[in-house]
Amino acid sequence: MRFLMRTAYQQDIRLFKYGSTLGWYVALVAGCLLMPLILDEYLLSQMTFICMYAIAAVGLMLLTGYTGQVSMGHAAFFAIGSYTSAILTSKGVPFLLALPAAGVMAALVGVVIGRPILHLTGMYLAIATMGFAFIVDEVLVRWESLTRGNMGFYVDPPVIGPWVLDTETRFYYLSLIVLILTLFAARNVLRSPTGRAMIAIRDSEVAAEAMGINLAQFKTIAFALSAFFTGIAGSLYAHKLFFINPESYTIFLSVELLAMVIIGGLGSLHGAVFGAAFFIFLPQIIIMTKDYLPTYVQNQTGLESAFFGLLIVLVMLFEPMGIYGRWLKTRFYFEMFPLYKKDSFKREKKYQKAERH
Amino acid sequence: MTFFKAQEISISFGGLKALDRVSFEIGQGEIFSIIGPNGAGKTTIFNCINRFYDLDQGMLLLEDRDISNIKPHAVAEAGIARTFQNIELFKNATVLENLILGRHRHRRSSVLTEIFFSKSVRRQEIECREKAEAVIDLLDLEAYREQRVLNLPYGVQKTVELGRALAMDPKLLLLDEPSSGLNVEETEDLSFWMSDIKEDLGITILLVEHNMHFVQQVSDHLMALDFGQVLAQGPPADVLNHPEVMQAYLGEECVAAQG
Amino acid sequence: MLNEILQTILTGISIGCVYGLVALGFVLIFKATEVINFAQGELLMLGAFISYSLITMLNFPYWAAMLTTMVVMGLVGALLERTVLRSLVGEPVYAIVIVTIGLAFFFRSAVSMIPGWGTDTHGFRTPFTEQFIRSGNLVISWEYMAIILITSVLIALLFTFFRYTRAGTAMRATSQNQLAAVYMGISVTRVFSLTWTIAAALGGIGGILLAPITFVHMNMGFIGLKAFPAAVLGGMGSLPGAIVGGLIIGVTESLAGIYLPEGWKDIAAWIILIGVLIVRPQGLFGVKEKKKV
Repeated sequence: MRFLMRTAYQQDIRLFKYGSTLGWYVALVAGCLLMPLILDEYLLSQMTFICMYAIAAVGLMLLTGYTGQVSMGHAAFFAIGSYTSAILTSKGVPFLLALPAAGVMAALVGVVIGRPILHLTGMYLAIATMGFAFIVDEVLVRWESLTRGNMGFYVDPPVIGPWVLDTETRFYYLSLIVLILTLFAARNVLRSPTGRAMIAIRDSEVAAEAMGINLAQFKTIAFALSAFFTGIAGSLYAHKLFFINPESYTIFLSVELLAMVIIGGLGSLHGAVFGAAFFIFLPQIIIMTKDYLPTYVQNQTGLESAFFGLLIVLVMLFEPMGIYGRWLKTRFYFEMFPLYKKDSFKREKKYQKAERH
Repeated sequence: MTFFKAQEISISFGGLKALDRVSFEIGQGEIFSIIGPNGAGKTTIFNCINRFYDLDQGMLLLEDRDISNIKPHAVAEAGIARTFQNIELFKNATVLENLILGRHRHRRSSVLTEIFFSKSVRRQEIECREKAEAVIDLLDLEAYREQRVLNLPYGVQKTVELGRALAMDPKLLLLDEPSSGLNVEETEDLSFWMSDIKEDLGITILLVEHNMHFVQQVSDHLMALDFGQVLAQGPPADVLNHPEVMQAYLGEECVAAQG
Repeated sequence: MLNEILQTILTGISIGCVYGLVALGFVLIFKATEVINFAQGELLMLGAFISYSLITMLNFPYWAAMLTTMVVMGLVGALLERTVLRSLVGEPVYAIVIVTIGLAFFFRSAVSMIPGWGTDTHGFRTPFTEQFIRSGNLVISWEYMAIILITSVLIALLFTFFRYTRAGTAMRATSQNQLAAVYMGISVTRVFSLTWTIAAALGGIGGILLAPITFVHMNMGFIGLKAFPAAVLGGMGSLPGAIVGGLIIGVTESLAGIYLPEGWKDIAAWIILIGVLIVRPQGLFGVKEKKKV
């Protein structure tokens, strides 16, 4: 068991709780930086996708995991980020400007959308955001003069100063750096009054208001921040794929992002990264196990999707707290060893008293 | 200037008149208690002050400033803190985080500075923690500082809620049945804290209570409410011996028996 | 001109009935168990496929097929509840939502792997195919009319069930307060089973009704996707609201498809929904939940 001895307030507001945590993360970053030396191009590109989706997942996590506002339309922000970046770079705007601009554009749309639907809760909010995503999708298809509609948009590779980032390795480093910056920024917000206000809104809106938290203002901020990060992820996505069209940004993507965030572990930044990793690795695992199945089953096109759905169900049944939840439980076991109590996390199976009438 | 004044406040829900022209005044630094049977409208008064409900009629004045129509989140800004009958803590956060959240209205940073966690944000965080520690010292919450609220026993949760309200540095403290669910020892602690709050911190307290002994011990003034109407107001002894108050609580026969 | 408008509205009402049925099942589950069932559209699809198989491969007459589909889907619902959902009682809502999403993915893809079903589009004949009602200048397809009539009958049956039977009252009680229902001796587990059974059966019937119009294919679940805004529009806690929501969305889509430029059809319903929610956050018939402190 570890004990935390603090003698100064400064220690309380540090980024990492224990000194050893910093060491582990440094090692992790070092390991990530060395990845291009170990992995082949394909796997490296998968890692890049993990970084990108993780950034988007961090965005969604801030909104859904920390502020408690469910969004089933985040693909829209992803799309807005992609198209903003693609259009700006095609007009000669340097990538280092286009990237944050993509985030800002998504954030602006987030504010515009968020404001009128702020007072919606739960399912109502989720469906409203879903509707909004459909509307954005349609706009992208119809506004052909800007987005070339269904014909798609060709995107230039990003250029930063003298470097053209058109190799896997270079793009991987770009994504990794952006991910680290994103996590740093998110962590900072979360250990500040804004982050606490977001958690307050999630846990008790009534009490939050009584503490002086302007619900409308902070929900809007949460929407904007969330959209910002997702937009940035969208920008990276566009520049990696070189070609985008509205078909990539469907309700599936929104649902995938939401599932990423929940399976990763709601309410933690780790969860965003774990969730993204899970969703990128899952198809790989399915492809690998496919070889062990009878040929008839193997050749079905729907197999991956079916397996995918099944695995999601099984993961949630096994660990409703998500991957990070399981990680915490495992760590707790080892911290408490050998005094771990078997039912430490047993959830009382309870019936709910509906708060509806 | 009276510190806090409620003038003829009325509110109805459907056909039910929850408050009927209720008026009272609280002086600075006083402990003012509202008593009455269940459903009398006591918590409704709190909800009106907190602006969860809109008054149909009447005015609420804090230091001669009309607060009857301000936004709910501006109530904290005005210097009014509150605890709730059924605890409304941020259950997934730690005790310390709850207390620091109480200080939200003192926040001076913006989101942009927070993203970069600038020096001013750091200073603000340290200052929040200093103030929170002062509250922890007052309420003896050291042992629970880092624990998640949902794991704490009921009495401690109530104390944390009181602490969160105090962390706000309020002018007026609204306490909704603070001693309900507490055992004898905890109630004793509470009455000591009440006098500490009144004398050391100079905070005015408006209290809703059922525990008559507790109320008599701590209050300067008392108001008895029933069916949304004021039955009696004044020093505790006067109010508690008022025939209508006794009737509301004990019933007509008892009052007749008392003579 | 009038004929065209009436036709369009009728088509809209008809499709709206299907949305309403799916939404009804969705709201039923939500009311009783607080679970948001994202697989509701896939239940519609399963119903369509089952009825297709019964009619074309086993040569069932239409009405027998409908009844059998209802029963089979009911069993599917009960099975789902028993195996998957029961172990999730008491878990946070989002966990259950993900499970239903996963189920939706699974059903959709599993259906594509079943021989005879696959990824093709299928159709089958009903007693209403190519039958029309003619009244003066008005020509109405029986297919659409049948949907409206059958849905009305179903709603009447459901209403009677909830109002006048013990099981129905038990379901209503559980939807208001599960804990109190347990204390009153209602077997909440049985109520859950029953809820899922009925909801799945409703979805299945929606499938067989919709099949002649949209044909049977694995992506039918997306039509179910429209049922969610229907349920929300009507107010998540309201059963009649689900039907009304479905009708509004159906009619809106139908009119938008004919009278507005291309692309508006798909988003007209969403715009109306968001508009209503901005003004009435609890939906048309929902109750505003204000937390009592």
